[in-house]
Amino acid sequence: MNKQISHLGVAALILLAALIVGVTYWQTWANAGLADRQDNDIKLVASFTIKRGKIYAADGRTVVATNVRKKIGGQTLYFRRYPTGPIFADVVGYSTQSRNRTGLEQSYNDFLTGSNANLDTVFRSTFDRLKGSTVTGNDIVLTIRPGLQALARRLLQGKCGAVVALEPSTGRVLAMATNPTYNPNLVERHFAQATRTTAPCGATLLNRATAGKYQPGSTFKMVTASAALDTGRFTPDSPFDDPGYCIEYGKQVRNAGNPEAPETFGHVNLSTGFEHSINSVFCNVGKALGAGTVLKYADRYGFYSVPPLETPENERVASGLYDHGKLFAPKHPDTQVDPGRLAFGQERLQVTPLQMAMVGATIANHGVEMRPHLIERILSPGGHTVTHYEPKRLATPIKRQTADELTRMMELAVQGGTGTAAQIPGIRVAGKTGTAETGRSNINTTWFVSFAPADNPKIAVAVVVENQAGGFGGTVAAPIAKQLMEAALR
Amino acid sequence: MIAVGVLTAVGFASVYIARQDVVSTSSLAYAGFFLLLYLAAHLVARYTVPFADPYLLPIAGLLTAIGLTEIYRLHPDDAFKQGTWIVVAVGLFALTLFLLRYDYRQLESYKYVFGLTAIGLLLLPILPVLGLTVNGARLWVHLGPLRFQPGELAKIALIIFLAGYMREKREVLAQGRLKDWGPLLVIWVLAILVLLETRDLGGLLYFGIFLAMLYVATARIAYVAAGFGLFLVGAIGVWKITPHVQERVTIWLHPWTTHKVYCPLSGEPALRQNCQSFQLVKSLYSIGHGGYAGTGLGKGTFSTIDGHPLIPGASTDFIFSVISQEIGLIGAAGLLLVYMIFVLRGMRIALLAQDGFSKLLAAGLTFGFALQTFIIVGGVLRVIPLTGITLPLVSYGGSSVVANFLLLAGLLLVSNRANREALR
Repeated sequence: MNKQISHLGVAALILLAALIVGVTYWQTWANAGLADRQDNDIKLVASFTIKRGKIYAADGRTVVATNVRKKIGGQTLYFRRYPTGPIFADVVGYSTQSRNRTGLEQSYNDFLTGSNANLDTVFRSTFDRLKGSTVTGNDIVLTIRPGLQALARRLLQGKCGAVVALEPSTGRVLAMATNPTYNPNLVERHFAQATRTTAPCGATLLNRATAGKYQPGSTFKMVTASAALDTGRFTPDSPFDDPGYCIEYGKQVRNAGNPEAPETFGHVNLSTGFEHSINSVFCNVGKALGAGTVLKYADRYGFYSVPPLETPENERVASGLYDHGKLFAPKHPDTQVDPGRLAFGQERLQVTPLQMAMVGATIANHGVEMRPHLIERILSPGGHTVTHYEPKRLATPIKRQTADELTRMMELAVQGGTGTAAQIPGIRVAGKTGTAETGRSNINTTWFVSFAPADNPKIAVAVVVENQAGGFGGTVAAPIAKQLMEAALR
Repeated sequence: MIAVGVLTAVGFASVYIARQDVVSTSSLAYAGFFLLLYLAAHLVARYTVPFADPYLLPIAGLLTAIGLTEIYRLHPDDAFKQGTWIVVAVGLFALTLFLLRYDYRQLESYKYVFGLTAIGLLLLPILPVLGLTVNGARLWVHLGPLRFQPGELAKIALIIFLAGYMREKREVLAQGRLKDWGPLLVIWVLAILVLLETRDLGGLLYFGIFLAMLYVATARIAYVAAGFGLFLVGAIGVWKITPHVQERVTIWLHPWTTHKVYCPLSGEPALRQNCQSFQLVKSLYSIGHGGYAGTGLGKGTFSTIDGHPLIPGASTDFIFSVISQEIGLIGAAGLLLVYMIFVLRGMRIALLAQDGFSKLLAAGLTFGFALQTFIIVGGVLRVIPLTGITLPLVSYGGSSVVANFLLLAGLLLVSNRANREALR
């Protein structure tokens, strides 16, 4: 009988060994697949046992995101709380149980939950787990200045639009606001209330600063002028004759009947054309350069690619020509694109406020485009710096001389041209207005892109305000930019 | 003997550390009490069966300690009840050792009594007044406030009967005379009946034990194959006529659906993972969440944000998925290794035993223990269709603890005799 008993014993051990194989399969091989399942509420609940890192504004004191501790059914759970409410909502996003995550809460989830691959963090969170103590995530310090951000939100109140303020020499985002927005504290339980708005437009969850697509209007003349000067084909003194229109394909394209290009100027040069935003001048520049060259310079500024930033990729869009809702990169631009209209910012151009702020900041930074970033530092719970963001050069779209000539032209626009509303006493301001017709009668998208002080730029701002009946870049957007620059430089 | 002490100490150290993690103060008293209980059990064993295998009792102690810790972690009140049952079980264990300390083989003469007892116990839940259906399976008996699963005790009685009967008839069984097969065919029919009436796959356990012992007794692999074939035929028949068993198999094969299917629980269309396979799927999530090292004792997630339990039956059928989450792959594999050591020691006892009855008894008890572990853990791990039985010595459940301590007593008695003879 002993032989049979041995067989039976082996059989029993094989059965149990199969269980070890089984448990190994589920805990290693299939683990990730299980974790990704929609109905895996263990994963969901467990994510609330982690004490997420806090998020601070640039001053390191203003808390933008923190946790509320609650003891439920014997387990300690941490729920997100946003002390500043809607002010940072579009950048920081939210982290809830029912609607998952957006913004930095999504893209920096690994750091905030202490599961990033940094050696120090790995040691610490593993040790926390083994000790059985609460896993605490890394803290994030933003580049956004809390006072400026709050002001930007206040200035947008009741309007639809967005503001992006950059530090030209480093690419730091100093403010990034959008309206309408939402209160992240209400997202979990009162979603309808959280997204309710008094603004005359919807899409409260959209970060218009990085994902809002607008016609650039005359602000695109910065790009056209860049191409004109940088190629050496034109100088600020190049002469033009403005009859009040420009001839394209045998037809007259009239200057817009608005204060930015109200009348017939006659004999002017490129600089004056920029100062008074004369469409016929840029129409002729565009025809001379060809659409391909203008688009090439747009491309050098970063159009046609999604601008780099720490927010999730799906919360940012690329600027450029759009055809039927899709980014359109023409193979034969000189036959597929109307060069005149492109040159003064019509055609099918769609741009984001972030991209236009980057154009302004590049001109301010003598032609060097810095990589925009929102995060200054990442700190361990003990306060040690895990990661520090160094300024990085993104591109050099134009020569230093081109940038300096453009700066002078933008200064003239504020001194005596279309952007006089942005003047700050004692400070040299450079700016460019934009007013894009929406196709509905008298309803415009208004723009202002500026930086100051012109001789030593500290801040570059792009402001866009939608749905302005009878409003223009110089009257609606420029005053907002002025107040922001003034506050930043004070 | 040193090993006994070390293993016991490790067992209780783990209880103590774990307890400290969940609730710090009252736990020491608990641990101390159990240390005393096992000390007493050990002394009884030393007195009654001095030559018995020294590993089995500490292993049983370790398993109950792991189980109790997790039950305590899930429902502190249940842990007290379970503790009480462990005391009762240890008492019965000591009593059994004491009564049968001279010669347990007298049990062989009562084999038909045990056989009838087993049948009686198996049929109890079917009786209209006593029977109770829990989770769609009719496995329970209730007498006033007391509820128990007679199937657990039936398992022991059945093994004693089979050991006795097969010892007596093993030559003639090997020859294959129909007359001697009568009682075994009765068992087979009963296994199918139990399957049918209790609407559960638990019948597999009894039939598996039966086949294993038949193989040990007759050395005819053909019998095992034939028996298995017959069982399959029976099982397929049952599968055809009982929707409950069909459902179990469907859940096993396709726990997740991407489209809504008919949900018999609510009567409306739903994703299967939100309906019938809810338990299994949640249990797999729990196991997966443990990863390599687990979440740590007391740090696992078993309730929703609102405090509702995530895994139904976490402390009984699904205790393995709870353990897997908290102590991870290392702990879960370790637990299974402990079961393997138990099985190894049990089979060693069967090998060393001198007479047929003892060999069959020890092999049967050990295989029953292993098979039960395989059926429930395999079910939880989706290796086989899920069946609601307890994980021996770990799961919450009085009848299970008592039955498994009796099983342990049986093994120690056989071991004691075998080692004593060997020394002589």
